[in-house]
Amino acid sequence: MTTREPDIWDRRIAAGLSFLRRRLAGDYEVDEFGFDPDLTEHAVYPLLRVLYHGWFRTELRGAAHLPRFGPALLVANHSGTVAMDALMLAVGVHDALRNGAASRRHLRLLGADFVFRAPVMSELARKSGGTLACHPDAERLLRSGELVGVFPEGLKGVGKLYRDRYKLQRFGRGGFVAAALRTGAPILPVGIIGAEEIYPRIGDIQPLARLLGLPYFPVTPTFPWLGPLGMIPLPSKWLIEIGEPIDTAGWAGQAEDQLAVFDLADQVRETIQQSLHRLLLERPTAFPA
Amino acid sequence: MSSVDPDYRSAPPADLSVVVVTGVSRFLGAQVAARLAADLRVGHVIGIDGGRPPPELARLLEPVELIEADLTTCAKVVSKLDARAVVHLGVVTGPEPAGGGRAGMKEQNVIGTMQLLAACQRAPGLHKLVVRSSTAAYGASFRDPAVFTEETEPRATPRGGFARDILDIEGYVRGFRRRCPDVIATVLRLAPLIGSAANTTLTRYFAQPVVPTVFGRDPRLQFVHVDDALEILHRSVVEDHPGTFNVAGPGVLTLNQAIRRAGRLPLPVAEFGLSTAAGLAKRLSRWGLGLDQVDLFVHGRVVDTVRLTKEYGVTPRTTAEAFADFLRGPGARHAPLRRERLAAAERAVLAGIARVRERRRPG
Repeated sequence: MTTREPDIWDRRIAAGLSFLRRRLAGDYEVDEFGFDPDLTEHAVYPLLRVLYHGWFRTELRGAAHLPRFGPALLVANHSGTVAMDALMLAVGVHDALRNGAASRRHLRLLGADFVFRAPVMSELARKSGGTLACHPDAERLLRSGELVGVFPEGLKGVGKLYRDRYKLQRFGRGGFVAAALRTGAPILPVGIIGAEEIYPRIGDIQPLARLLGLPYFPVTPTFPWLGPLGMIPLPSKWLIEIGEPIDTAGWAGQAEDQLAVFDLADQVRETIQQSLHRLLLERPTAFPA
Repeated sequence: MSSVDPDYRSAPPADLSVVVVTGVSRFLGAQVAARLAADLRVGHVIGIDGGRPPPELARLLEPVELIEADLTTCAKVVSKLDARAVVHLGVVTGPEPAGGGRAGMKEQNVIGTMQLLAACQRAPGLHKLVVRSSTAAYGASFRDPAVFTEETEPRATPRGGFARDILDIEGYVRGFRRRCPDVIATVLRLAPLIGSAANTTLTRYFAQPVVPTVFGRDPRLQFVHVDDALEILHRSVVEDHPGTFNVAGPGVLTLNQAIRRAGRLPLPVAEFGLSTAAGLAKRLSRWGLGLDQVDLFVHGRVVDTVRLTKEYGVTPRTTAEAFADFLRGPGARHAPLRRERLAAAERAVLAGIARVRERRRPG
């Protein structure tokens, strides 16, 4: 007992107990959006990392484009029936910037309002750094120098059928562009492939969706037929590419010009679509043997 | 308060020969009236309330002239008093059986404010109006932004009676500002008050050993320390600060975090059940819960205080500091799950594991 060196298990147990004590005593900090870095780094990200590395074998390209400080708006395609791609992007960005950084950076995700309507889900979203996709929140985060992640396709993207995979849907009203222009934050186009295959959606049971207050009730080859087993995502191979930053400084003052906003939104959309095509060529099959 | 000491003498002295304070039989009203009476810049302080102040506040109110009149009849009083400033604190935050329940509360808040402002409009010497409002003015909706600035409009009419009253009160103040642009009108949207001396619905709620929460919700809360709120109210009378201001401690505590810090245990209850119970009983006196609280515990409420800091040159104690001060007070004693006990439990478990592992180690 006197001279033994603490091994990895001693450290893990001590860290786990200390985490438990902090949670029970309320000894952690939460920011004004409800983000809880203690919970996110010690409970949420470790779980997501299992999926990120072990299950999806995710590769992140273009990490050098991520700014080490200052605001940036990451704009990505959305797919996969549940918003798994947003969570994987958050883990990828956090881990890519972790090495050698003085302070941790977290991707603050913007979510649709139904996320914040549902109990449990709303709190998990807020605690892991999410907030409602609306102008005041996006601009407040960017003004305070945060990395913000947005999925302008919204439900149209995440809820599309399997046959429409990798076809970018319409980009909302371009609100994300206006937020970037108002705050002068650069826009980083992000292409994500792999998420389309995790829950290949072939149908929808609308009455059930309405009953549960969900936008759709997915039918996949395994769900709901296999029950909870059907909720296991298929192990597709994921690639995430962070594109070159689009400097919005040249567009300053044009946030109120709707045509300019649509223009820039289209440019971002085109960049992401090209990125998806390129990544798909690189990954010929979703489930390599 | 981390404050920049304001230089009172830089502004020309305003005429504060007669100051009328409403709601003096309550904690906030009595405290503000007493502080004003102690300030040499203020002449005569007159307190109006429908009821007689309780004995613990009566001593505070000795230098204040008290007029017993409910707000619906005080209109005549105000115009006769030749008031220079009116501080409206006669806003009730929850129904009280003695005050006529919800109907009496609405009468006091809405009709009372309407009548008082009508009287203020007629008072020729009046040049200042300070109204106590609440951050409940922002309503409660799932489509709300995370942080409310003073410009944020409520998206949905709140369910709680107090929040509805606040919206009405602010509507009357808007009308008053339009009709009497010469009167300096200050509206202070206070976050829930807390502190070692505070005794409110919310402090009683946190004082229970097991605290009911809404299942699946961990709302973000903000508090303002009573002393900071009093300071801001006082300065709003003796200095000129026209406009509407959020008054809250910066930073956030979530409900579960606050309950944990208080050493209490949260008890999640389904929202449907809680709303139904709160709606039926109007006020679950034991839990101190009404629809106002249920709305707060589902949606949470965080406000931006940049405008307050710029205008007053002070930043109130943070929400966490204000809450810590409440925990030092008498209301929060007898916590079952104190942090020292948790730390001791952690050490005991660690020592136990170390002993077991040591014994199993080969050699």
